[in-house]
Amino acid sequence: MNGEHGIEVVSLHKDYRVHRREAGLWNTIRSVFHRTYETVHAVRDLSFRIEPGERVGFLGPNGAGKTTTLKVLAGLLHPTSGSVRVAGHTPQLREYWFLKRITLVMGQKQQLIWDLPPVETFAQNRAIYDIERDTFERTMKELDDLLGIFAIASKPTRKLSLGERMKCELAAALLHRPEVLFLDEPTIGLDVSMQLAVRDFIRSYNERTGATTLLTSHYMDDVAALCPRVIVIDKGRLCYDGELRKLVQTVRPDKSIVLRYTERPDRVALERIGTVTECDNAKAVVRVPQHQVRDAVAHLLLDPNVHDLTIEDPPVEEVLRELFARTAEARL
Amino acid sequence: MLRRVKVLRAYPTLLRVGFAGAVAYRAEMLVWMLTMTMPLVSLALWSAVSAAAPVGRFGQRDFVAYFLATLVVRQLTGSWVVWELIQEIKSGALASRLLKPIHPLVAYSAENIAAIPMRALLAIPMAIIGIVSGGGKLPHDPPLVAALFLSLFAAWFITFCVMAMIGTLSFFMESSYSIFEIWLACFMLLSGYLLPLELFPEWVRRVTYALPFRYMLSFPVEILIGLASPAEIARGLLVQGSYCVGSCLAAIVVWRVGVRRFGAFGG
Repeated sequence: MNGEHGIEVVSLHKDYRVHRREAGLWNTIRSVFHRTYETVHAVRDLSFRIEPGERVGFLGPNGAGKTTTLKVLAGLLHPTSGSVRVAGHTPQLREYWFLKRITLVMGQKQQLIWDLPPVETFAQNRAIYDIERDTFERTMKELDDLLGIFAIASKPTRKLSLGERMKCELAAALLHRPEVLFLDEPTIGLDVSMQLAVRDFIRSYNERTGATTLLTSHYMDDVAALCPRVIVIDKGRLCYDGELRKLVQTVRPDKSIVLRYTERPDRVALERIGTVTECDNAKAVVRVPQHQVRDAVAHLLLDPNVHDLTIEDPPVEEVLRELFARTAEARL
Repeated sequence: MLRRVKVLRAYPTLLRVGFAGAVAYRAEMLVWMLTMTMPLVSLALWSAVSAAAPVGRFGQRDFVAYFLATLVVRQLTGSWVVWELIQEIKSGALASRLLKPIHPLVAYSAENIAAIPMRALLAIPMAIIGIVSGGGKLPHDPPLVAALFLSLFAAWFITFCVMAMIGTLSFFMESSYSIFEIWLACFMLLSGYLLPLELFPEWVRRVTYALPFRYMLSFPVEILIGLASPAEIARGLLVQGSYCVGSCLAAIVVWRVGVRRFGAFGG
């Protein structure tokens, strides 16, 4: 990597100093004279590299340090130590050309001007990012093709639905055609169809422009659909960096066989094949090691009451839960 | 250099969007303007005091002209960036400004300037009628008019930089409202907002002439109603210019040191 468009993080640490105070009047009065501070290690010794054009999922439980890392990468926070390079720049210097090359979309924050229609924010961003009129109009047309924003962009932002607002947020954030996208929970609070639309849009933008994309989301479907590679952190430390598929295979080297029956299945018989995780009148789920799937399926299909069978990977949420539990055990 | 040219090119659009914002918030703007009508209270008070005999060289008509001019200058040179900064630093909303390739203080300045026409729309006609009907004269000599506009801009600029600096102190403490309150108390007393500075004892007046407060309000008022001689105007503009440079540098330094402490909380 020449470092011009990708991301390189080496031994990143970010600490916060937090004032602590217990509830109650006495503690309130005491805090006037004596304050207790605590250092929170939000990110610890984090290193990774993302090649130009890659789409990477950034995963971790709440408080893992994902948003802090994204804010450091976007230049909003200064690292306590370590080095960070994004698109060939040092983010915390917040140089003009760096800010022109990146964008950070935070699902819970907005840049649209609340009482004005989004077209005003678009016009303002055109001026701030110094976008030529032709390029601006072409980009707006492309964004409209992908997001359908023309119909809603002249209504005051406060009167838009959450989904409409998110579409306009994305448009405002991408008007200057950034080379690096930081997306922090871009689908939070959206309904399923809007989640799909935003997901498709992100994929399409990445494929059309080759923008490097780092995405955090609590919706594992977003990550599974968009990101071949994931970086997983917990308590500020790196837990895993690699292909999502391999993570699933490593942490949970089993498959779930989902069976549907015309009559109630025999649980005892199923337990001879694998671990039964669900069994009711018409459905059973059996977990078996990957190398035994073929034999298990052949055996299960001998039962004439089976009318449907599917083989599934364990849900990513389960895989992550198990990964975090193992990491916590390893620390103890 | 190229960056500065690009910022200058963006500024007219920022002003236009800022004006659209000010129009959208017109009800709030009106209420805000009403909070700046303290000179009318002072006017009533000092008119009563000077009814029997002039106070210094101020008769009743002079007080009318002075306080109406004070009202207009305050409307035209006020800045509320301190409120926005404190709130945006505390809530983390400043993050979206920091992500853009334009200095947040430049963006705030455009928003502040863009609201001036709305304020002027109400304040200026009211004051012109008041001053002229009271027998006062408005400056019409081109050099005097130029000095007036220059001093008005400088007064706004000093106010903006000081407000930005106080707001920026929220990077260092949980909130800098208290510092703003202290500043406001000093401003009210020492800027000519509550009474003309020349009514103070000599030594206090000398102090007020050295402090920045006069150059944020009283000095343009003195030019507007003809209280200042050409020599005083020239000297005043020089001092105002120095305060412009000083407050701007101080605001930039405090910002640069403070922004490193930004926690970008709330998301």
